[in-house]
Amino acid sequence: MQNSRLFALIRKEFIQILRDPRTLALVLVIPIMQLLLLGYAATNDVRNVPMAVFDQDRSPASRELLDAYRAADYFSIAYDVTTEADLQRLIEDGKAGLGLIIPPGFGAAIHGSEPAAVLFIIDGSDPSVAATGLSAAQLIGQNFGVKVQTQRLARSGIPLNGALPLQVHTQIWYNPDLHDSYFMVPGIIGMILYAITSILTANAVVRERERGTIEQLIITPIRPWELVVGKIAPYTILALLNTVEVLVMGSLLFGVPIRGSLFLILALSGVFLLTSLGIGLLASTVANTQQEAMLTVWMTMLPALFLSGFFFPLQAMPKPLQIISYLFPLRYYLNIIRTLMLKGTSILAVWPDVLAMTVFGIALMALASVRFRKRLD
Amino acid sequence: MAELNLLDARGLSKSFGAVKAVDGLDLLVAPGEIVGLVGPDGAGKTTALRLVCGALRLDAGEVSIVGIDLRREADRAREHIGYLSQRFSMYEDLSVLENIRFFAEVRGLKQDEWEPRAREILDFVGLGPFADRRAGQLSGGMKQKLGLAGALVHHPKLLLLDEPTGGVDPVTRQDFWQLLIRRVATEGVGVLVSTPYMDEAARCSRVILMQKGKQVAAGTPASLRERLAGRILEVRGTPLAELRHRSAKLPGVEDVQTFGDRLHLRLAAATGEGAQQAQSGLAAGGGVNIELVRLIPPQLEDVFIAFAAGEGKDG
Repeated sequence: MQNSRLFALIRKEFIQILRDPRTLALVLVIPIMQLLLLGYAATNDVRNVPMAVFDQDRSPASRELLDAYRAADYFSIAYDVTTEADLQRLIEDGKAGLGLIIPPGFGAAIHGSEPAAVLFIIDGSDPSVAATGLSAAQLIGQNFGVKVQTQRLARSGIPLNGALPLQVHTQIWYNPDLHDSYFMVPGIIGMILYAITSILTANAVVRERERGTIEQLIITPIRPWELVVGKIAPYTILALLNTVEVLVMGSLLFGVPIRGSLFLILALSGVFLLTSLGIGLLASTVANTQQEAMLTVWMTMLPALFLSGFFFPLQAMPKPLQIISYLFPLRYYLNIIRTLMLKGTSILAVWPDVLAMTVFGIALMALASVRFRKRLD
Repeated sequence: MAELNLLDARGLSKSFGAVKAVDGLDLLVAPGEIVGLVGPDGAGKTTALRLVCGALRLDAGEVSIVGIDLRREADRAREHIGYLSQRFSMYEDLSVLENIRFFAEVRGLKQDEWEPRAREILDFVGLGPFADRRAGQLSGGMKQKLGLAGALVHHPKLLLLDEPTGGVDPVTRQDFWQLLIRRVATEGVGVLVSTPYMDEAARCSRVILMQKGKQVAAGTPASLRERLAGRILEVRGTPLAELRHRSAKLPGVEDVQTFGDRLHLRLAAATGEGAQQAQSGLAAGGGVNIELVRLIPPQLEDVFIAFAAGEGKDG
């Protein structure tokens, strides 16, 4: 075989990877750390928000209302206060996220014909906690009201059979319990593929320049494409190992399903790698030191993470940002992998994303190969 | 029959911004020849070597290696080049043997070829016993030898060495040159070597003196020295500083250099009476002890200093 050159390059790169245990450990451990951090900590599920209650009524009705709130695990009634000032202080100190004030005469009003009122005070400094608290407070309150109304009507001789005129039935598909991890784990795969391949590839090239070995490499008859392939092949293999690692851990720790074809997921991950390897190689053509390479890659990575739907849903973004998001290949990949993993559909469901990602991959690699010269100037 | 030059480079030019690093340089190397590229730091030696191996793009000029046009078929031309850069450019995290294997394989040596070749070349440079040592743990001199082994492993016809003995002790330098001379003698390779050291320049079969990217003089060491024949005086005596001061004012003296405990005076023209004139000129006024004033054969250093100062202008 003529291509002992390419094999020699790949061999050499692997020896260097294995001789650098710190980097190797990072590459293998970082995905697990990310998975644990983002899977457990970065969750929007709001549970057990401490609540302070100022019950001025202390009637069976007020206790019944409190029980209704207690039953939903959104809140825990942590403080029972006797003045409004106490309640205010608890919220100011951040000890309570919510305050509930039940006025005197609440029980009498609810059993009479007047509407009874309670006041919910919500700490809005964390909007996601506040939003969940708000909707839960309203929902539970309305249910309580409906129950009381039903009882009232029954007493006045109009039985309702428990049914309201409108019944809304809901079914949540693919992630019935709305686990955030189902959303995060596929995202983490995308982020890790992106980060590891682009940073390591850029560093692997820049390191040659930094240590002066590029000078010796340049004057060998290695073809530029062999140099490119020799540099990216080892990191592609490493990144695909990481993909499997995160898929397995995601399934074991968080029960994230893999409903689509594993082969298709890995194959399309390979296509996505073309884009991140291309970005890494491009970064290596502008950076002179490994630090510069790292920063260059980071500069592309932060906007990519925010504008690809990794953290925040794309639909919620302003229109201009949504348009910009089409520039980030991660956007397409995240949609592909989330769809394939959770919905288990075929490639047909995501073909526009696959097409866009492939075009980006080929374009970035072509651009990188053109810019990648076997010269010092 | 004209012998084919291993390296035939004409009109090499390269600028970095406004600075002309190499300006219209011609470089010819024939088989069995060691050509020295001599000049101060910043003269353009490294740039010239990088142009010749295609690591830098030429602004103008032509390079052919063993008759192959470097601009058209860079990779084919490079198969015949062994290059040792000024900076150590082997992989420090690879062992000596792994480095040699890598550079042998990327140059197309096959599985059954690289190992005997690597062993042979490591024994040649004396690194055989250190084959399994990481390159990063070698001494400076051993690193240079590893670099040489890496440049020789594919049996190139043309060796390009950029200040190969920089920062290496005198004994290792001596070793290194012995290896080089042996290689040239037995394999008939051609060598283009840059060096700031005049003693190394003296070992070359031909020397090109460079200044600000241009050739200021060229020839065999002997012919270069010949150009200043009869114009270099050696002066010994005390106090040397006072002698130096007086020498500089003597009529017909172009330049004075201190070499340890003696002075070298360069005369504007070889006259026959230079030594006597200088002797009496220096003694005038008294207060100095003149041990010796004599005409000496010029050294390459004298030649270099003279040409650096704008002497000659040979083309």
